[in-house]
Amino acid sequence: MKNVLLIGNAQAFWGDQMDAPARLLTQQPDLDFLTLDYLAEVSLSIMAIQRERDPEGGYAKDFVETVKSVAPLLEKDSQTRIVTNAGGLNPLGCAKACRRALAEADFGHHKIAVVTGDSVLAQIQESPETSSFSNLETGDSITTVSKNLVTANAYLGARPIAQALAEGADIVITGRVADPSLAVGPCMAHFGWDHDDFDRIAGATVAGHLIECGTQATGGFSTDWLTLPDPHNVGFPVVEVHEDGSLVLTKPPGTGGRVDLRIVKEQLLYEIGDPGNYLSPDATVSFLDLSLQQVGENRVLVSGARGSQPPDTYKVSATYREGFMAHGMLTVYGRKAVQKARRCGEIILQRMDEAGFKPRSANVECLGTGDCAPGIAGGPDENELIETVLRISVADPDRNTVARFTKELASLVTSGPQGVTGYATGRPKIRPVFGYWPCLINRCDVKASTYLPDD
Amino acid sequence: MRLGRVAHARSGDKGSSANVAVIANNPDAYAFLKEYLTAEHVSNYFRPLMPASVIRYEVPNLHAFNFVLSGVLAGGGSRSLRIDAQGKTLGQAILQLQLPIPENLLSMEIIET
Repeated sequence: MKNVLLIGNAQAFWGDQMDAPARLLTQQPDLDFLTLDYLAEVSLSIMAIQRERDPEGGYAKDFVETVKSVAPLLEKDSQTRIVTNAGGLNPLGCAKACRRALAEADFGHHKIAVVTGDSVLAQIQESPETSSFSNLETGDSITTVSKNLVTANAYLGARPIAQALAEGADIVITGRVADPSLAVGPCMAHFGWDHDDFDRIAGATVAGHLIECGTQATGGFSTDWLTLPDPHNVGFPVVEVHEDGSLVLTKPPGTGGRVDLRIVKEQLLYEIGDPGNYLSPDATVSFLDLSLQQVGENRVLVSGARGSQPPDTYKVSATYREGFMAHGMLTVYGRKAVQKARRCGEIILQRMDEAGFKPRSANVECLGTGDCAPGIAGGPDENELIETVLRISVADPDRNTVARFTKELASLVTSGPQGVTGYATGRPKIRPVFGYWPCLINRCDVKASTYLPDD
Repeated sequence: MRLGRVAHARSGDKGSSANVAVIANNPDAYAFLKEYLTAEHVSNYFRPLMPASVIRYEVPNLHAFNFVLSGVLAGGGSRSLRIDAQGKTLGQAILQLQLPIPENLLSMEIIET
């Protein structure tokens, strides 16, 4: 058994660089596992809309293209196996599409496994009054939105992934699983750790957490970004996980970006709550004894993860329909540009109001003034700015109200101030709004299963 | 002097809450920030975003703090009407915070951020 496992991640979200998986495999052909993360908090609601149009859909179709692009690289002596949550709401449909694509390309011998059981929509709809389904942030009962629920998926853990790999899968396609579990599953399968070997599992969880956002671990999104070498070609991250649960974070040779202590610290703390209790379905992890050491150029050793028994509940991300929204932008150039832009925003909302379409919520921002963090860090003197981008946003349960807004905006080109420009992209797009509902479900109410569908 | 002279940061979202990690450039800066960069101070700084609460977690082994700002994203990624619906800018925003930073803390500075 190899005592070091190489895991690379080449997809941080649905829409990340399409060619990254093939590129990473070419740069790092000795990878044991390639993980690909497609699911953000509300991605599944977008997949739900796709599935309404096409019952065979509901997964990240990009992944099928990715499979085709990497298939030639997985031939010959390659030992690389793929673990991905691209299955979204329909892992089986995703697996079928991948198998078709592979067969057409004469690579049909790859064994594909699916992990299912994460959807808990039926359980919630059956007994919405269950207290664990109350909103983790607000405490509200899910009965207030249960009629409008679109998706509800539990974050499964690493076990079903490990099982699929133990059964010989070359490609594992899951729906919702905890992001780090995509890396923990391969470690458990390879090293044969017991389910209660929590310190080692904690180490693998830290590894998965570090790479799940792709190039954020190698310099992307860092405070020091402007100093990165070759920023057009930032390498995707690779972790070398050791049998004891320690890891070295690195990136392929010849790529841009950087792996140093500052960047690794930032990514360790990215989107977490209590660093002493990082909750994952595989272990509750403490970051408070982690030790970081630069052990080579673009190589950081991370050791000392401590793990304990995970909660007896799974976290659930549910989404529900909440009406519609649209954002429109116009550029205003000239003297007192910001004052003019703010007045334009007021005019649009006033015109809507007078036409009988008062939106439930609206927001007017003048980009360039510091409105990304309004009222916080201070900004330039608004009177000195020669231009600003006016951004107006409107949301309402009624699509017609939002539609009215999208038709009002253009009138400012002729009725607004001199120097209005940038309206080449046409009317703003109307988008459905999905509310996000985090809650919990007892583990015993979720049946995760793994299988390798027959040909 | 702005916080960015002695620390770097990263921010992101969880639902309608945001977390802002602040990492001191050196141990002395961490000790200083432990005293001055309190949850109350950060809560006041971000008051325009109306945080329901601000919790500061200390991470001494990384010379870092993790601030969790509840309810500051006006509904979060899918619902917020703000351009920064996911709190991506808050790391840069906190580095603009002014503190009475002693000059000697700059001596170990790795990089101007």
